Amino acid sequence: MNNPLPPQLIILIGGLLIPLFKGKLRLVYMLALPLFAFFNYLKLEEGIYWTYSFLSFDLVLGRVDKLSLIFLNVFIVITVIAVIYNSHVKGKMEHFSGFLYAGSAMGVILAGDLITFFIFWELLTVGAAFLILVRKSSRSLGAATRYLLVHVVGGLVLLAGIVLYINENGSADFGHIGLNGISSYFIFFGFGVNCAWPIVHSWLSDTYPESTAGGIIFMATFTTKAAIYALLRGFPGEPSLVWIGVGMATFPIFYAVIENDLRKVLAYSLINQVGFMVVGIGIGTGLSMNGSAAHVYSDILFKGLLFMSVGAVMHQTGKVKATELGGLFKSMPFTGTCCMIGAASISAFPLFSGFVSKSIIMSSAAEGNRPIVWLALLFASAGVFHHAGIKIPFFAFFSHDSGIRVKEAPINMRIAMGITAVGCIAIGIFPDQTIYPLLPFEAPVYEPYTLAHVTGQTLLLLFSALAFTLLLLGGIYPAEIRAINIDSDWIYRKGGKAFYAVMDKSLNYINALAYKSLIAGVTNNLCKMAKEGPTRAMILILTPIWEVSGVSAEQQTDLKKNLRNHVENGVFPIGITAFLSVVLLGILFFF
Amino acid sequence: MSDSSHKSKTAKAIIVGLFITCALGALVDLLFLSDSFDKHAAFEWENWPGFYAVYGFVACVLLVLVSKYILRPLVMRDEDYYE
Repeated sequence: MNNPLPPQLIILIGGLLIPLFKGKLRLVYMLALPLFAFFNYLKLEEGIYWTYSFLSFDLVLGRVDKLSLIFLNVFIVITVIAVIYNSHVKGKMEHFSGFLYAGSAMGVILAGDLITFFIFWELLTVGAAFLILVRKSSRSLGAATRYLLVHVVGGLVLLAGIVLYINENGSADFGHIGLNGISSYFIFFGFGVNCAWPIVHSWLSDTYPESTAGGIIFMATFTTKAAIYALLRGFPGEPSLVWIGVGMATFPIFYAVIENDLRKVLAYSLINQVGFMVVGIGIGTGLSMNGSAAHVYSDILFKGLLFMSVGAVMHQTGKVKATELGGLFKSMPFTGTCCMIGAASISAFPLFSGFVSKSIIMSSAAEGNRPIVWLALLFASAGVFHHAGIKIPFFAFFSHDSGIRVKEAPINMRIAMGITAVGCIAIGIFPDQTIYPLLPFEAPVYEPYTLAHVTGQTLLLLFSALAFTLLLLGGIYPAEIRAINIDSDWIYRKGGKAFYAVMDKSLNYINALAYKSLIAGVTNNLCKMAKEGPTRAMILILTPIWEVSGVSAEQQTDLKKNLRNHVENGVFPIGITAFLSVVLLGILFFF
Repeated sequence: MSDSSHKSKTAKAIIVGLFITCALGALVDLLFLSDSFDKHAAFEWENWPGFYAVYGFVACVLLVLVSKYILRPLVMRDEDYYE
């Protein structure tokens, strides 16, 4: 047992066997898998593991360096937490989909070449789509279809890029790619779809809120963070990423303010947080990219915690809209407290995880002397506090009393939320002992706890809270309305219908025309000819004979009728057959 | 969201507490006017007293106003819009 086993295969292959277990034994088995994967993770050292050959390419299942290790670490940790949170779920399919999703995400992180990378990248999409499907509603079926649609398009673009790239370079190694040439643009865009860049982002806010209470922990973690990993690996320091990231960090917060579905609010703030990471990759210094990696770690925990607490509310009350919730703190104090810890972490309150990781990115923007980027990110920081930090806990647990009285969340959910909450605080208070040793790039150690920084950040948040309070008291804060807000998914949701209508009208018209002229016209006439041709020919030959032999017109009509019947049935009286044979022989003889 | 939701004593206490904390925070910020505290400012405006407080407040007010009066009229639809 000195050679570590591939953690991604432990999760993937082990996940296949989940349906064989039942009850408590299944829970033990499902917990054992990620723990065993973590045990193997601990044995990994930097280097290359588990190589194989395919189509004359040497492929690598395990490229281990500090960058892949930090992602692998947090992916396994969140899998353990999600297993605990989901342990009350009876459906095998949901557990299996979660493991498929988690295992493929780990496979993406560990892939040392673009072919292995692409295989796991596509499995990731399949796992996510299954996880949406297990909710078994018509809405989730629609959402899963749209999810697949967007990601299959993104995946095909990525595949085209990878094929071109391997063709150009003669090697499938996945290292620094950099934007030069058409192949790299394809790969860049393929990563961008999964990263939820502006305009292609809407798959995330559209489909995540349709997943199950626990499934969304996986969703909030793997797809976007695997894309962040891919960008860190392939396009570090790509300048356009700074502005893409600023777009991601700012525009979703406007949507989050007016959104009624609390999980959709969190989905928008997920894009906002990923935006910070993308900015860090774009700046491209050791410090900024360490900030991105650190923010991946803390975001997976605090966003997971927020989704878990809202999921617990959904599980207990069956409701998730701000208009239907409120006043739940007395019923669910533990969940409410965890929600506020998650909210404080995402808002980057001092002593919570976001304060450490987000500050590294902010500070590297300042060091690179990028005032506009810095001001935009500061705006996004105030905004995220406003919608995720205040709005989520306020509308779920406080605000007006909705009259809902429920029990506290089940014990397994509370344990999962408790562990995650401790993680958020531990990173916030002891960054040196928790997250700093994991950071992948060479950079000076960043000290977040200076008096100036703590005061500045606290003031920013306090006065954002003040603004929220005054706007609420003054009646200016937009009332929650039972409504939806259209986003760029409109393009394919309504556009899809319009496309269908246009295709329906045009193609069906061509179809009808073709039927009319070819099937009903030409073919029908051909059939008619084949069917009636012989009769007509015979009548043409026989009529003069009948006329000569003096058969009356009435008799002729009868004879014609008989003849038709005979021809249609393929039977002739012997006399006619003999006559026709003579005619045929005559024709053959003379010509 | 109506006024009735803010009538409870706890809510009032929290609001008053927030006002006081904000005021105290603003006072702490004034400490940096003396030379014995350094802001390690990367940008000039970070040295302006109350910069973070004003920025946070204005940012949130703008965020809400833009969302409510510009974005919402553009994008809001009935819940069954896509059905």
